[in-house]
Parts: sequence; C-alpha cells; structure tokens
Amino acid sequence: MKVNGKAIKYGDNVDTDVIIPARYLNTSDKKELASHCMEDIDKEFVNKVKAGDVMVAGFNFGCGSSREHAPIAIKESGISLVIAKSFARIFYRNSINIGLAIVECPDGADRIADGDTVEADLEAGVIYNRTSGESYKVEPFPEFISKIIANGGLVESIRNGDIK
Amino acid sequence: MAMTMTQKILASHAGLESVSAGQLVLVNVDRVLGNDITSPVAIKEFDKIGIKEVYDKDKVTMVMDHFVPNKDIKAAVQCKMCRDFCDEKNITHFYDVGQMGIEHALLPEKGLVIPGDVVIGADSHTCTYGAIGAFSTGVGSTDMACGMATGKAWFKVPSAIKFILKGKLNKYVSGKDVILHIIGMIGVDGALYKSMEFCGEGVRSLTVYDRLTISNMAIEAGAKNGIFEVDEQTLRYVKERSDREPVIYTADPDAEYDEVIEIDLSTVKSTVAFPHLPENTKTFDEIGDVKIDQVVIGSCTNGHYKDLAEAAEILKGRKVAKRVRAIIIPATQDIYLKAMENGLLKIFIEAGCIVSTPTCGPCLGGYMGILAAGERAVATTNRNFVGRMGDVKSEVYLASPAVAAASAIAGKIADPAKITDLQEAEL
Repeated sequence: MKVNGKAIKYGDNVDTDVIIPARYLNTSDKKELASHCMEDIDKEFVNKVKAGDVMVAGFNFGCGSSREHAPIAIKESGISLVIAKSFARIFYRNSINIGLAIVECPDGADRIADGDTVEADLEAGVIYNRTSGESYKVEPFPEFISKIIANGGLVESIRNGDIK
Repeated sequence: MAMTMTQKILASHAGLESVSAGQLVLVNVDRVLGNDITSPVAIKEFDKIGIKEVYDKDKVTMVMDHFVPNKDIKAAVQCKMCRDFCDEKNITHFYDVGQMGIEHALLPEKGLVIPGDVVIGADSHTCTYGAIGAFSTGVGSTDMACGMATGKAWFKVPSAIKFILKGKLNKYVSGKDVILHIIGMIGVDGALYKSMEFCGEGVRSLTVYDRLTISNMAIEAGAKNGIFEVDEQTLRYVKERSDREPVIYTADPDAEYDEVIEIDLSTVKSTVAFPHLPENTKTFDEIGDVKIDQVVIGSCTNGHYKDLAEAAEILKGRKVAKRVRAIIIPATQDIYLKAMENGLLKIFIEAGCIVSTPTCGPCLGGYMGILAAGERAVATTNRNFVGRMGDVKSEVYLASPAVAAASAIAGKIADPAKITDLQEAEL
C-alpha cells in the first residue's frame, strides 16, 4: 500500500482515552467517533487533518483501554499511516485487525517534523520524508500479518478461509 | 526448549509441543469476553463474517458493566444490542443489571476462569485472571468477533520478566501498592508486549484478591499478561466455584527471562500514582499536602470484598471530610450483599459515603462521579490519564483502598498508618 500526506506529530504515551474519550463510547458510529478524535490533547486535529495524512508519535502510542474505537476514529478521520517509536500491544493488533497501517520506526518518529510531507512504501519497507529528503527503513510485516492486511482485516481473513 | 508459564499455556492451546518468544501462534480459547462498550462493535463485525452461531454458547460471555444501569439513550441502545444478540444466540453467560458485576471481578467469582485457561476479552483489564494461573489478555472488538466465530485467536508468543516475591506485606499495604511500586519502577511500557510472571515464596502471603489487583494492572506496564504461580490458595478459591479440573503450568527451571526482579514485600510502602501516568508514583515521604474533592473506592482493580473491608476498617466511626464526596462501588452483587450482611454499608453511610450498584462508571469518566476542571480525586481505579475521570483539567491519584479511605477522612492524600493521628487532629 502507498501513503502520501502531511505529518501530524504527538509525543510519548498517547493513550486511548485522549484518542477517543470514554464519554463518546456510547456509540460505535465511525463518523461520530472520528468527529471527536484526539479531542482531549488536540482540539484542532479534526479541523486540520486531511485524507492521506500521517500521524507520527513517540513511545507506547495507544496505551490504555482496548477500545477499538481508537484506531477506528483515527482511520475514519483520514489518517493513512501511524508511525511511532513503539505501540501499546492491544492498539497494535486492533489496528492490524481493522486494516489501519501502523509501523514502528524510532528513527522516522524522531526526525519527521510536524507538517513534513511523508510518503511510504510499506511493501518495500521505506518511509520517505519529502520535506527533508531523508528516508527511513522499517521492518516488513511477518507473512501472517501481511495475509490479514492483504485480506483487508481479520474478519475478511476468516471469510476468505485463511483462518479456520 | 525451556518455557515460561505463559509459553506452556499457549503451546498447549496451539496444539504444539513447545513455542518460543516471537513465534506467531493460533490458539484455542476457553472463553471470549465482551462488555457493553466493546461488544456492539464486535457484534457488527461478527455479522459480517456470515456465520449464524457462535463457536460455543457456554464460552462466549457478555457483561453489561461500563455504562449500566443505562446512563443515557445511546448506552441503552448499545446494551439492547448485546441483549438481543445473546438472546438470539442463546448465550449462557450473559450478565445484565441484577446479575452483573464488574466483569473482571465477576468472572473469577462465578468460577468462569480456572488455572490453565486461555481467555481473551475485549477489555484491556482482561489480564486480571493471570492471578489464578490462566493466560488472559485484552484484545479488541474484531478479535472478540473472530473469537466468537472460531474459538481462536492469534498471538505473538511473548518473552517474560520474572518477579520473585519474598517476605510479607505490612499492615495497610496491599496488592495495589505492590503493582504501583512495580509500575513506578519499570514504567508504563516497562513490560511492553511481555509477560509478567510472579513467583517465589512471597506469593503465598498474598491473598487471591491482592493477586487479582496486581495482575489487573499488568496492562498499565504495557504487559500482555501478568500471571501468578498456582498454589493451595488458588486451588481452594477455584474449587469453591468451579467443577472443572484446573491444569497447573509451572515455568521450566531453565526458562529464559528478559529480566529477573526480586521484590521484598516487607519493604513495599503505601504508594500513590500522581497525574497523569500510573508510573508517576510517590510514597508518603514525598507527598506533601494535596487537597482532594472526591474519593472513589471500587473498580475491577479494587472493588473486591477485601478492599471494601480494608476501607471500612478505617472509616468506621469516622466522618468523611467536609467538601469531599466519597463514592463506594462494590464490584459485584455478591460483594454488595456480603458488605450489607457484615455491616460495611452501614459504616460507609454513617461516615458520609454513598454506596453504588456495581458499575465501571467513574473509573473511565462515564458517569457516577465525573470531575470538574480543577478537581482532584483519589481513586482505587487503574488509570490517571488526562481527562480519565472527567474534565481534561481534573486530576486522578491512584491508590489503595486504605489510602483512599484515609484520604476521604483527611480531605487530602493521607497515609492510613497515620490515621489515628489524623483523627486526633480533626478532633
């Protein structure tokens, strides 16, 4: 998959309570969830995000609650890729399971600045910073995960008979 | 190949002789859990799969606990969706108002988890059941949906940190202080993707309830699970509740660990996590005057009978400080009933606390005790992130039931060991 957009940058330990506050968990409507995405740390996020943009963050992104509403809100807001130094494990598997692209890249997460133009070729395992001219290597997904993504998510993998 | 406790459980449920850290495995699960927040998303995904029935109607479990009794119309719609699904699929273990409790207190209490089980739950605190020697971990709604359909879940086999416990806790110090102490030491990502395995002679001195609290907050160190060695206490607890035969897994003596940490329980002090991360821990020699507006005693972390009894011991015959709101939430109906029969509710009410029906409510800023900007709460809950219990400018201080009760009386964060002095100062 290809990615191309502007970077929106946050710090370490961005938790799922700020990605989508629990007061909005009385719905599972994707658009409504997206309309409150990042509200408690960045009220401007929903106004500035454009389809294809890339979220960049520090260590332990997505820590806290298992709410799948968090990656759903991020994906539905138009974010095409999340790059972080590390991810909390439930957030990581939820993102894979719903088909939100997500990569650990400490170097890129460090060097990409807010507003930089970012492209990525995840099959090739490279992230390009078109603003600075740098590029960063990322680990390609293991085959098992690639299969889930190729199917479009875990539910689709079961439907297609890849997980029985 | 030498294995940890967690690796042995995963290997057995994957039908493999052995597994090693980093390996991807597809395992059979003994229970799939969801609540009123995460199940609606899972039900939508389940319907997309195109299978009519769940893999086992006795193993799928739904507990309405986050926003019940329904806090608003939208919450009511979500609960109705769960209720309709469970009725249609003939789900045995559906717990609604009247039978429900906070899920992670309810499942062990009902004997729905025993040693050796693999449990996945669409709630991050599903890691709680490690306390009774099960592999249990939080997943998302899609995992829950696929688990309901196939009875399987995928995992990357974790490496582990071994905690060797020795000695005994002092009075007024409990499991909550142990886990806050550990998170303060290793950080909120200190065990990221890993197992936390608790062993050593010190385990025997901890009640099952202290262990449930410790395993419950393994996720707050980023861990995949937090598991205890099974002992006589575990087996007694489980046998009173389940007819199923426990399977005990012990780590191989030569199992590999990323790190081994020894903890002398007699040196653990009452510990408080300051805003806005559970790793920001302080002990009373570092805590000054922190005035508070609210106290919450309850949650999946500390809503057990033992927790309420520890709070009651301190609150008995004393009064909650002026301008402090103290909210007590027994985690299950059985705990509520026992607290009533043993006179705990009377102690709480006479002290000026309110007692609520079981609910996750305030812990995640849902309802039943939301904070305004500038307000502070001491809570026995598990997270103190920005806005967790209300306004983004409010603050949550995580503590044990004993510290929370002492703080309610003092009107500021207070050391339960000094409570006699505090009362004299008040008088």
